[in-house]
Amino acid sequence: MNTAVAGHPSGPVSKLVWAAVAVVGAICLGVVALRRGEPVNAIWLLAAALSVFAIGYRFYSKLIADKVLRLDATRATPAVLRNDGLDYVPTEKWIVYGHHFAAIAGAGPLVGPVLAAQMGYLPGTLWILFGVVFAGAVQDFMILGLSLRRDGRSLGHMLRAELGPAAGVVCMIGVLVLMMIVLAVLALVVVKALAISPWGTFTVAATIPIAIFMGLYLRFFRPGRVLEVSIIGLVLLLFSIWFGGKVAADPTWGPMFTFNAAQLAWLVIGYGFFASVLPVWLLLAPRDYLSTFLKIGTIALLAIAIVFTMPQLQMPAVTKFIDGTGPVFAGNLFPFLFITIACGAVSGWHSIIASGTTPKLLANEREARLVGYGGMLTEAFVAIMALIAACALHPGVYFAMNSPGAIIGTDVQAAATAISQWGFVVTPDQLTQVAKEIGESTILSRAGGAPTLAVGMAQLLHQILPGEGMLAFWYHYAILFEALFILTTVDAGTRVGRFMIQELVGLAVPSLQKTESWAANIIGSAICVAIWGYFLYSGAVDPLGGINTLWPLFGIANQMLAAIALILCAVVVVKLKREKYFWVPAVPACWLVICTLAAGWQKLFDAKIGFPAAASKYANGIAQNKLIAPAKTMEEMQRIVTNNNVDAALTGLFMLLVVAAVAFGVNAMLKARRQAKPSANEEPYVALASVATS
Amino acid sequence: MKPARALPDTAPPERDLRALWRRAVSAGRRIFFSIPDYDAYIAHLRAHHPERAVPSYEQFFSERQAARYKGGGGRCC
Repeated sequence: MNTAVAGHPSGPVSKLVWAAVAVVGAICLGVVALRRGEPVNAIWLLAAALSVFAIGYRFYSKLIADKVLRLDATRATPAVLRNDGLDYVPTEKWIVYGHHFAAIAGAGPLVGPVLAAQMGYLPGTLWILFGVVFAGAVQDFMILGLSLRRDGRSLGHMLRAELGPAAGVVCMIGVLVLMMIVLAVLALVVVKALAISPWGTFTVAATIPIAIFMGLYLRFFRPGRVLEVSIIGLVLLLFSIWFGGKVAADPTWGPMFTFNAAQLAWLVIGYGFFASVLPVWLLLAPRDYLSTFLKIGTIALLAIAIVFTMPQLQMPAVTKFIDGTGPVFAGNLFPFLFITIACGAVSGWHSIIASGTTPKLLANEREARLVGYGGMLTEAFVAIMALIAACALHPGVYFAMNSPGAIIGTDVQAAATAISQWGFVVTPDQLTQVAKEIGESTILSRAGGAPTLAVGMAQLLHQILPGEGMLAFWYHYAILFEALFILTTVDAGTRVGRFMIQELVGLAVPSLQKTESWAANIIGSAICVAIWGYFLYSGAVDPLGGINTLWPLFGIANQMLAAIALILCAVVVVKLKREKYFWVPAVPACWLVICTLAAGWQKLFDAKIGFPAAASKYANGIAQNKLIAPAKTMEEMQRIVTNNNVDAALTGLFMLLVVAAVAFGVNAMLKARRQAKPSANEEPYVALASVATS
Repeated sequence: MKPARALPDTAPPERDLRALWRRAVSAGRRIFFSIPDYDAYIAHLRAHHPERAVPSYEQFFSERQAARYKGGGGRCC
């Protein structure tokens, strides 16, 4: 097979090398898992992760490639068969890998692990390592493989063809709802990071004129010179970080960029609307370029920083919050750890990318292994680094930043007392000192992952490049980097959501389907922004902080889509009469179905963390005219009731979609088993050698 | 870039470096900006659709940029 280039794939030397990797991995994992009482160095974790990934890639992805998907190096891919030089282009595998990774890696793998750190570093680490090897990378790889055999068709198309039209509708609704929740929760991360932070707000706002400048430059001055303009943009961006510090310190300008969460939510909503309505070349595309550039660069920087500084993990391996009493998100380790870390371990969203552009670029089927499986392992590596950055922080600082004000209070004295009582001893001075070092007025209750990661990253980068005031620079650099690519997701997502809504509503009102029409465009964008904007705004004014409600919803939705994608893979395996390997997609599919349904069930029926329970508690309060903390007014009480009811309805919808997908999947499998011959809808075999290379 | 540089691969050594640079730029465009390789597209047009007009790189770029955000996929979370 194609690994033969590396010498004798199963020769004695290779066997020795892999045995060594396995031993090193086992030792590192042992240190990470078993050492108690003294801090563990992050290098152990990093080495354990790399060994697990290497072994997973070498052995498990090979099994999937050879036995489950039976990738065939002699078979022509869609890129070769339908080569049009534009959408279908045979491309060098490392370029496809880079392209695929840039498309799948977003803010998700950075936020989830940071939130999950409240349970200690061990649960999150283990779930990322084993989740990615047996679920996440399997999903990405198999969907890519299926799409390769089906002309590069999308997930929705494949579901319709293999499971029937109703399954296609389930998927379409699931994707639309997931998208709205993703946009709301990611926008909320930005809002939480920028609230009462004039420095951060200024630098993020500055990206808008910078992007417009880049757009105009690319359109009129130097068309198509995209690398050049991105470098100019990057320099302007770094300048704006430095300048943001001056603006924030200025007595007149500083207050002009100081907003609370509700105001910022409105600004982001307005921004999302305009970015979706304006021509892409003016704002959306250049910002996307800038953010991709910054994203890849920062991930590399983070890796270098961790390797060079070799930080100690200050967070314990396991905290007492595995019992479900944690302040960052509510719920027990099972199922909520597996919901909180979605991206990085397994992310349903990737099934859309893996059945989008990527299958139209691969020149050879065998390369899907590197791109699909390898690409997802790389994302898991990013998640591990985010976890390290969060756990290298002082746990007191971590909990101060991630707990809602309703639990730890709103001043450093109260926060330090509350957190020290949990066993993470921290003084008010320490909390004030950290805020001062990063150039902010407070670090309390900045949930959402971004600020925590920013402080963690800033402390690492500061050790490499020290200097007066550099900590504040790095902090705002990290905030900018996350805000930038989250807002790019918001722009692009609103636009995609708008197209989906136009298509859906257009079934009733055909004139709305015209994506070129300004009126249809504005109406579609307004509906889309209104939906995610509702969740964003309610999260921003939620006295409990919003993230701890919205993030689990997002996790459930993302895992739901992953479950649907893996069910599709399992159905195809049965249809191809390869039942011997049914477990490869079926085990992770079952696990995700169990996790999503268990989490959904608790969110609906648990007396402590359930949405309806919370709604009725506050509704009773309203009936008795009694205020319940953290609400301060009757209006807030009413808002909590409404939000919880909406969230409960959504949870119920997700559970229904999962159950429906399982039913369609089982039905399709039973039908396929009754047939004597393979019945999957693959395109016919065409030999690669028979297609003229051009 | 002007059409004049569409030369065959068998070029003198100093052209090797330039070709390498062009390949790197093209790879960067694909990875960071999702812009397909312009040279490959031109080669494809010449080979399969000689009757069609060859767009300039600028035209090619703005068409691809617009096409990328037409819908579908989007960005990951």
